[in-house]
Amino acid sequence: MRSIALAAAATVLLASAHAGAAEGDPVRGEKLYDRCVGCHSNDRDRTGPRHAGLIGRRAGSVAGFPYSDAMKRSGIVWDAATLDRFLANPRALVPGTRMGFAGVPDPQDRADLIAHLERATRQ
Amino acid sequence: MSQARMIVASRRLFLSNGGTALLSGAAGALLAGSEALARSAPKGDVAGDVSILNTALGLEYEAIAAYSAGAPLLKDKVLKVAKTFQDHHKEHAELLEKTVKKLGGTPVKGKSMAEYNFPVDKLKKAEDVLKFAARLERGAASAYLGAVPVFTLPELKTAAARLVADESMHWVVLQNALGEDLPDALAIS
Repeated sequence: MRSIALAAAATVLLASAHAGAAEGDPVRGEKLYDRCVGCHSNDRDRTGPRHAGLIGRRAGSVAGFPYSDAMKRSGIVWDAATLDRFLANPRALVPGTRMGFAGVPDPQDRADLIAHLERATRQ
Repeated sequence: MSQARMIVASRRLFLSNGGTALLSGAAGALLAGSEALARSAPKGDVAGDVSILNTALGLEYEAIAAYSAGAPLLKDKVLKVAKTFQDHHKEHAELLEKTVKKLGGTPVKGKSMAEYNFPVDKLKKAEDVLKFAARLERGAASAYLGAVPVFTLPELKTAAARLVADESMHWVVLQNALGEDLPDALAIS
């Protein structure tokens, strides 16, 4: 009974967090994406994997890209919620990732970037 | 924009080849602490730092290749500036490679031109090359800035900050050559 109550509480907390997520502006997000182009592009693998097809993709699954074991084992599927957590602090969510980037601390910046990625990476 | 106008724009900011060579000289001391690092059994997540250094090394190799891919469309002063920036990236790569080795890691290798798969079909004229290079340089500046807090060894934080300076300088020179406005304050984030 206690575990059911805890699970219910966790569900409410997650739902609240999602409800409080910032609305993303894809146009501003496209500009912010300039920060990412040192390592990523939409259509080709670079020091980071390609972003095309990102939403709904299992982390560490682009064929031929040399991911860290940590990323391959993460079990993450990329959506707005997982991207928000990863972009906030990549190495906290996936310790051992090769993405040597501190993160995007501003929630609005992350929301805008994700809105851009949702639009630009559709295949 | 004509290549001649780009050259004039570059000159207006006094960023001649001599000026950039002077800035590049600072890179000679880029990882000056790495000898001490190797001698004194550094404290920190050395494996994690090596992983980030290798990502940076891959980025530098890509930059070197990108300038080679674009060079046939450039000439005169613009080509000279591009070659100078490519030399900076070679210097960065050499120092990163040495540091990876000193920290006990195995440096990554560069890829072939075909593996980089640059969008050469979209590079038709000098302006296209400069826009492509400017975007990569701006992204590289952000990448190094994002690495500063992540490195655990203080010497590497300083090194990454120096690389931010070099990549930012490249970006601004290329932007100016394209006739673009100067960046706002705090443009690199």
